[in-house]
Amino acid sequence: MIKESYDVIVVGAGPAGCTAGRYAAASGASVLILEKDRDVGYPVRCGEAVSHEGVIQFIEPDSKWIASTVNRFRLIAPNGKSVEPKLDGPGYILERRLFDYALAKVAAAEGAQIITKAYAYDLLRDADGNTCGVKVLMKDEPIEIRARVVIGADGVESRVGRWAGIDTACSIHDMESCAQMTLSGIEVEPDRLDFYFGSSIAPLGYLWVFPKGKNSANVGIGISVEAAKKQSALQYLQQFVEEHFPSAAVLTQISGGVPCAKTNKVLVKNRVMLVGDAGHQVNPTSGGGIISGMIGGMMAGQVAGKAIRHNDFSLLADYETIWHKRLGWRHEIFYSFKEVITQFSDETLNSIADSSQKLPDDKKTLGGIFRVALWNKPSLVLDVMKLFVS
Amino acid sequence: MPTKRGTPLMMYIRATRCDYCGCCVGVCPEDAIELMESRISIIEERCTNCRKCEWACPWKVIEFHREGVEHLPRVQPLFVNSANSK
Repeated sequence: MIKESYDVIVVGAGPAGCTAGRYAAASGASVLILEKDRDVGYPVRCGEAVSHEGVIQFIEPDSKWIASTVNRFRLIAPNGKSVEPKLDGPGYILERRLFDYALAKVAAAEGAQIITKAYAYDLLRDADGNTCGVKVLMKDEPIEIRARVVIGADGVESRVGRWAGIDTACSIHDMESCAQMTLSGIEVEPDRLDFYFGSSIAPLGYLWVFPKGKNSANVGIGISVEAAKKQSALQYLQQFVEEHFPSAAVLTQISGGVPCAKTNKVLVKNRVMLVGDAGHQVNPTSGGGIISGMIGGMMAGQVAGKAIRHNDFSLLADYETIWHKRLGWRHEIFYSFKEVITQFSDETLNSIADSSQKLPDDKKTLGGIFRVALWNKPSLVLDVMKLFVS
Repeated sequence: MPTKRGTPLMMYIRATRCDYCGCCVGVCPEDAIELMESRISIIEERCTNCRKCEWACPWKVIEFHREGVEHLPRVQPLFVNSANSK
């Protein structure tokens, strides 16, 4: 049964929300996680790639939710030439619907309560204007549930933050408009990630083909909304699929959005904390946000738990500092990379691929290719410098 | 109701074609889109016709109608939160 009040309410049961709920519950708080959809983990709006190193911080890899283990990746230039650098460590293509379930179960095991088909539509405020709960539509019935801290894990939409007075709107420059398909009846290398670049393939973004076994793949595209003004993400994806996988069976066709921005300036306000996509905790270069969102969720959950134990809500602000120290500053550098890489012309991308192909095998790493890219765009050096001096 | 917009509403969502992904909500500077599991609507008094949602939509189901959308059947939002200060 749902209680009238909790220490922490988390809005959104994705990886960031479930991880926030898990760590808040583990530190002794009573936790309710609200999911607006009828199912945790579905629909899947994601490329589903994560690193082994990232996952094991939170959960033991389980073949139930791993579709493929990948050891290689390939970058394909607009002219079709490619480089295949080594991957630093293994990675996985997930079955997100099962992975999210597994994370929800871990949160539940820590004592968090989870309820689906529960749509949060406003915050409750006390006489002093502090957030003190959430208004929720549950089975067509509007109800009020009180909480001492609210964690917004409501994804790309990020409305909870706005209700607390945080500006979470993403610029059209940074928002990536995405389309994704699950294809079957095709042939792919089961251990290799493919990334396609080019102004006619994926302007101001990239297109991915991630294997799910030998005969299926998660194929998707993300392009800046600025580029999507002219032609939709879906149209670009359809063109690619027609050319590369003309006889594929399309098992999923879904849309999405990824905020490839720097972390939101404000993550905590008025007893509301933001985690995951809702706080723009996405690696802006790759658009990957599963692990970084979970890291944000863990930090927010732990800090919320501590604030509740001490009954001191000024402690919530620590979350911003902790996040910035571990990942926020890196994402700022990745943001500069994105800004440079997305401005590369097709000719530049082709010449980077050309030069990288000539690298000896032991230098054919992401770092090696990056050094080649530096020759094409010396201003990148400044961004790299920042990485080492800050 | 007086609006910041001062012009008729010109944005229109083809709700039956929507995939409910939230990309439009993420770029909306006015928090003027309500999105439930499978129900989407424009909060008319907040929308400024800025067209960012139209550009963001991966499916292109959001349209701009210069003549206004009064004549089109629309889905109304169920809740307008109390927090928007704009």
